Amino acid sequence: MSCRLEINFTLNGRPVSAEVAVETNALAMLRDEFDLTGTKLGCGEGECGACTILIDGESVNSCLMFAVDCDGRDVTTIEGLMTEEGLSLLQKQFVEHGAAQCGFCTPGMLLQGAHLLHRDPDLSEEDIKRGLEGNLCRCSGYMKIVEAIADTAHKLKDGDTTDGQETTSKHDADDIKDPTGSADRS
Amino acid sequence: MATIETYHTPTSLDEAVRLLAAGQSTLLAGGTDLMPQSQAGMRLFEPRLINLRKITGLRGVTDRDGNVRIGALATVTDVLRNELLQDAAPILPAAADQFASDQVRNSATIGGNICNASPAGDMIIPFLLLDAEVELACWRDDALSTRRVPLCEFFAGPGQTTIDPDELLTAVVFAVPDARFVARFEKFGMRPALDIAVVSVGIGGVLDGGALTGARVAFGAVAPTPLRGRRTEAVIEGRAGDEAMIAEAVAQAAQEISPISDVRASAWYREELIRVLTGRVLRHVLQA
Repeated sequence: MSCRLEINFTLNGRPVSAEVAVETNALAMLRDEFDLTGTKLGCGEGECGACTILIDGESVNSCLMFAVDCDGRDVTTIEGLMTEEGLSLLQKQFVEHGAAQCGFCTPGMLLQGAHLLHRDPDLSEEDIKRGLEGNLCRCSGYMKIVEAIADTAHKLKDGDTTDGQETTSKHDADDIKDPTGSADRS
Repeated sequence: MATIETYHTPTSLDEAVRLLAAGQSTLLAGGTDLMPQSQAGMRLFEPRLINLRKITGLRGVTDRDGNVRIGALATVTDVLRNELLQDAAPILPAAADQFASDQVRNSATIGGNICNASPAGDMIIPFLLLDAEVELACWRDDALSTRRVPLCEFFAGPGQTTIDPDELLTAVVFAVPDARFVARFEKFGMRPALDIAVVSVGIGGVLDGGALTGARVAFGAVAPTPLRGRRTEAVIEGRAGDEAMIAEAVAQAAQEISPISDVRASAWYREELIRVLTGRVLRHVLQA
């Protein structure tokens, strides 16, 4: 029987604890122990970025990270990207630009996009493309994703953080707002 | 997968090497190699897993008395964004920029990339051009003991190094090169990001009057270890950078390597790439 450990960390702003097998990766812990199934298992080798999460504000592949290494750290998943007021500006821009097709890469794209915007709010389109190198979209909708991130940067620069809310249908927003995702365990 | 019996998170170097001295340990830093290798069964865990992350003294990049020291836990992103390195050894941030993806760079450590000892390791080639040494620490005779090994002597084969089982790689160290030192690195892959190098070539030296002195050449993914190209260096050393010299260096480079055929490329193709890239990188350096 392998060694199990209790770890404590901050998950989407709340203090949590979990008991995990020491060889488990962070992705499996998030999905299986916390039911946070927004973080996706794609390749399991750090090639596709579908499992991207933020650790202390830096984007990492959760499939490559030991769950025990989350101890004492600040972990953000797609379920933690929303604000008190609802979808974040970046999420609204993804909706606005139709930047999701099948949606499987979207959580990783959003977290990597959030990380890129946080690191450099003044980033260029080339910076966005380079920054997304570790995120694969097999529907090949890259342009809309790049545009959504670029547009978010423009809006943040202009101090305009409300645009897009009216044109987001209430139905779509409510669907995305349910962080427990009870209907979707893909 | 072998069973991990205990998990340790030392907070000081002393504590870490004392744990290592007891033997049978697996070291964890960024995890970006250890996790997929252990899951694929390519690497078995020892009974103790030692997570090095909390040893803050193993982080950071410092410059003292003309020597740069990069802590083993510095991430590839740390190297990419370090202003001191941009100034003292821009070849390091340049190579870091071609390393995997942003997510992997944010986790992967310099010490891990070196100890993983891949013949294709992206950060190893520029460190060979800088004639870097690795600093190894251990706990022997009730005291902390350290030694330095030239990086070019550190590798023993694919995934194999000459480190002793009770030793920990704590830092990479190199002397700040001459202000006229120029180095270039080129990696060939099927796409710019997240590709393991099919081959890589680095060339550096002090550029003076159109000739390179103190010439250093390093090749990735064309031998059982990252390879310092001593005979190619001898061809380049101090000679006028004309086409005759470049042709001779290219021919010598192809002689010096021992590539294999694998999923990424055939031995023949690797040799062709070494010819093309050696010529190209050498011209870039001479025209810098």
